[in-house]
Amino acid sequence: MNETESSTPYHPRWLRPRMSTYWWLEKPAYLTFMLREGSCVFVGWFAVYLLLLLDALLEGPLAYELFLAWSATPWVLLLNIVTLAFVVFHAITFFQAAPQAMVVRIGRMRVSPQAVLLGHYAGWVVVSAIVAFVLLGAR
Amino acid sequence: MTRHPEPLLWMLFSAGGVVSGMLMPVLVLLFGLAFPFGWVNPPTYDALRALVAHPIAALVLFALCALSLFHWAHRFRHTLYDAFQIKHLGGVIPVVCYGTAVVGSAVAAYLLWQLS
Repeated sequence: MNETESSTPYHPRWLRPRMSTYWWLEKPAYLTFMLREGSCVFVGWFAVYLLLLLDALLEGPLAYELFLAWSATPWVLLLNIVTLAFVVFHAITFFQAAPQAMVVRIGRMRVSPQAVLLGHYAGWVVVSAIVAFVLLGAR
Repeated sequence: MTRHPEPLLWMLFSAGGVVSGMLMPVLVLLFGLAFPFGWVNPPTYDALRALVAHPIAALVLFALCALSLFHWAHRFRHTLYDAFQIKHLGGVIPVVCYGTAVVGSAVAAYLLWQLS
């Protein structure tokens, strides 16, 4: 029995050609797919970053100062620069897919996909402005 | 009636995708770059503490942290399946992914409750 005919309980006989683990490096479109899916790691990282910030706030002013100092260390800065690129990419690709994922109806009229897309971008702008206004105004 | 959890998990993934897409870019820009680089001054401790104690801010922060973690869990799990073809670890991967999201959500709820 050779390699290609072997079977295990989880991989019964391979009927299709075996795919390389690195198939997503073969075409730019595949790589874009992987980068898009990979953005979730940075979304997860920043959620943890926010939890660390909340924890510092709970501990007190000194812990908050230490958190701010830690956020300015080279590796954290570098990670957050990459994170910014990925969360922006995530936002664009996710909103771009929204018109396909949701069909909005008003009465019997279907809201056009362009309007759904525009709505997401408008929401993004408004939410970003509110967050920046609130945070920069908090003195 | 089917009792598959997949639709619920997809809803959490989708909600997390929208919430994180709307809120994270500006938050990463401010807390990740603008404050550390000193482009603008970060909020004082008292001001930020008062801000996160506000019910609306607390609710938004909880939704952002919890849904973002579920978004990560769902997408990461499926990427492991699709891209790296390691579905045979099926029993362990979902437990680790969604388990992390559940624990992270509980931590977020605890911290925000203590801060309120």
